[in-house]
Amino acid sequence: MSTALLGLDGVSKSYGAVAALRDVRLELRAGEAHALVGENGAGKSTLVKILAGVHQPDTGVLTFDGKPLVLGNPADARAAGIAVIYQEPTLFPDLTVAENIFMGRQPRRSLGRIDHAAVRARTRDLFDRLGVALDPDRPARGLSIADQQLVEIAKALSFDARVLVMDEPTAALSGVEVERLFGVARSLRDSGAAVLFISHRFDEIFALCQTITVLRDGQWVSTDAAADLTVDRVVRRMVGREVSSLFPKQDTKVRDVRLDVRGLSLAGWFQDVSFTVRGGEIVALAGLVGAGRSEVVRAIFGIDRYDAGEVHVDGRRLRAGDTDAAIAAGLALVPEDRRQQGLVMELSVERNQTLPRRWKLSTAGLLTGKAERAAARTWSERLQVKTSSLRAPVSTLSGGNQQKVVLAKWLATEPGVLIVDEPTRGIDVGTKAEVHRLLSALAADGVAVLMVSSELPEVLGMADRVLVMHEGRLTADIPRASADEESVMQAATGVGR
Amino acid sequence: MAERIRRAAGSWDFLVLVALVLVVVIGAVSIEGVASPRFWRFVILEAIPIAVIALPLTLLIITGEIDLSVASVLGLSCTVMGKLWASGVHSLPVLVLVCLALGVLCGAVNGLFVTRFGLPSLAVTIGTLALYRGLAYVTLGDKAIADYPTSWTDGAVAPIPGLTIPWMIIVVAVLAILFAVVLHATPVGRGLYAIGNNDEASRFAGVAVGKTKFWLFVATGAMSALAGIFWTLRFASARADNGNGLELAVIAAVLLGGVSIFGGRGGLLGVVGAVVLLGVLRNALQLADVPANALTIVTGSLLIASVVGPNAVAIARARLRRRRPTTSIPTTP
Ligand SMILES: Nc1ncnc2c1ncn2[C@@H]1O[C@H](COP(=O)(O)OP(=O)(O)OP(=O)(O)O)[C@@H](O)[C@H]1O
Ligand SMILES: [Mg+2]
Repeated sequence: MSTALLGLDGVSKSYGAVAALRDVRLELRAGEAHALVGENGAGKSTLVKILAGVHQPDTGVLTFDGKPLVLGNPADARAAGIAVIYQEPTLFPDLTVAENIFMGRQPRRSLGRIDHAAVRARTRDLFDRLGVALDPDRPARGLSIADQQLVEIAKALSFDARVLVMDEPTAALSGVEVERLFGVARSLRDSGAAVLFISHRFDEIFALCQTITVLRDGQWVSTDAAADLTVDRVVRRMVGREVSSLFPKQDTKVRDVRLDVRGLSLAGWFQDVSFTVRGGEIVALAGLVGAGRSEVVRAIFGIDRYDAGEVHVDGRRLRAGDTDAAIAAGLALVPEDRRQQGLVMELSVERNQTLPRRWKLSTAGLLTGKAERAAARTWSERLQVKTSSLRAPVSTLSGGNQQKVVLAKWLATEPGVLIVDEPTRGIDVGTKAEVHRLLSALAADGVAVLMVSSELPEVLGMADRVLVMHEGRLTADIPRASADEESVMQAATGVGR
Repeated sequence: MAERIRRAAGSWDFLVLVALVLVVVIGAVSIEGVASPRFWRFVILEAIPIAVIALPLTLLIITGEIDLSVASVLGLSCTVMGKLWASGVHSLPVLVLVCLALGVLCGAVNGLFVTRFGLPSLAVTIGTLALYRGLAYVTLGDKAIADYPTSWTDGAVAPIPGLTIPWMIIVVAVLAILFAVVLHATPVGRGLYAIGNNDEASRFAGVAVGKTKFWLFVATGAMSALAGIFWTLRFASARADNGNGLELAVIAAVLLGGVSIFGGRGGLLGVVGAVVLLGVLRNALQLADVPANALTIVTGSLLIASVVGPNAVAIARARLRRRRPTTSIPTTP
């Protein structure tokens, strides 16, 4: 067994009264991919931030190549050869994609001028390796969450890393992009780098990693060779009890059409998209990153306007570009980007959760904290949101718990048509099954559910029908019986048409 | 409950109120006249137009916008009122309604440019600051219209029977409570804080961002025009330069009151406290024969302090929080 390239020992870290990590150890070896798993709020991202020099541990030491390593800030970590992909993309919206990737270490020409041509060329190179079809010169503003993640990946790969740390890099990516990322990660690993990989998708973990470390409530539980483990055993260690990792949709009575989309078009994004969703149905919208799925649901919800087409909810036509009216008609959208669209990060858990319902919760136009607190508590408990207090800013929650708050916020509106865009992004196994159970129960109550998801097992497990988009068009409408990996991927990649 | 008290004690609102008490006490002890009822009458008369404008402006700044044209709207309202009076309109309700409509129009223009055309409110309202003041000069030139009935002019500043405090303070107090309720205890107020922190997420939650901002600009315009009527009657004079530079005093009060210039943070208690604090400070210094220029310097310094202050407090807190855990002894290998 080779010695550790990067080691942590006895590491603890608290945020105020919350102990995020307690006496954690971890060894990353050269030429090995190491998975870190745990429930939402287990402390994974906190550990990543310590490796990245963003946070300093309260106690404990880091070693690199056997020597003690002190990381005072992210620059120290980069100098040590540690590349980090954070859970939440943090791009500068007004800079171009290429500028974001080379931020702070742009290639220079004489007199210290930035060599823009070189920046662009090296970005193209990186994108080719990753198979990304993004224009290096476009601003980062308006990139989908998946594209943002791809840019973050390119950024981490843009310098020669000896340690590559990836915090849920695949959460919004579909199979094709994940494969490409893994290709790059494997070649890095095989050339002697150490890889730390965090994910809630077990198929990915077992596909990439040789070693698996489990964290629970901020404490180290176990480290084992992946070959000696099974999904069930890992889950049991994560949760401390038995959980079913999948919850297939129950059969329900299909009722009247509740969402009717006719000929929706927005130049440059999607063309002539028509479909219906009936009460009791869960319809998945599958496709590759950039196929236009999120854009379609945004337009339906009234966030963006559209050039042509109509949206009807329960037989009534919705005004384009009027989100308020859409909500009043019983529509709800759990958006893809929780930090920008789903949540107001500075506001409390409670205020975020009750924002769409603030009028309903008021009496005679007045809102006292009481009604909001009670409403927020009910749904936080149902979705097991882990937070120190309902008054804590939602920014202090772990990624998965933030996602639960977004879900709670919209489920609480008791929608007639529920649109969810990557609903379980970053959510752990136990809660994921719970979310699936909830969606299924909603459908049984007559709600029409439209689910955008890049995770194929989720699509196949939950959907009564699978709609597939390719380059802005609907290319397939596959009933549950004949939906499988192959048929969906074929339609998504446009092969065989 | 204890937690509540502790949080309240650490808040900026509380600091402002403490500062107010300190200034009053020190002033009363060291400057002759500060303790007199006359002094307070002046402070309140001066604070009334500032408070009236600061109320809607607080809400607007919380959404992340700003309106620099408020004092010019006040001036324009004064001149239009004067002009109408001079041309024979002698009904106070009519004058009030016309000025109100004018304020609504001025605010709507600001709001339209910001929400429809997506221009930054700073740029738009610097423009209308000049424009509305210019229109005020067009309306009245450098004339002054001063011949209002004494029943109006005295009525505007009349004291509450048996006291020296002007009765207008009751009107302002009612308005302040109204705005505070809207901001702190209604769905509208919840939306304002959401918009100020993240307008994209607010849109996704069904908050009508553009519409909300538009109506706040309108409210700010309308209240500025009302302040203009009070101004005219208090000084018994409608002139184009009425309230010149008053926007500085109003914005200083809002920011000193703890409202973040970036939006999303602050409350009305602090703002009302800051309006009074600044009023007391200005008048006390005047009594102490501090020259007018020095007063401007004081206002300016407080403005800067109010922008830096809350940030400094937040940074210091974060530092403290971060330092505390690291004091535990790290284990060495
Ligand atoms: N800035 C912060 N302030 C206060 N508490 C925090 C902060 N960041 C994280 N925490 C808390 O620390 C704990 C661990 O969070 P962390 O983000 O490391 O979890 P995680 O394992 O990455 O979870 P997930 O799978 O949801 O991403 C959580 O309880 C979280 O609420
Ligand atoms: Mg995390």
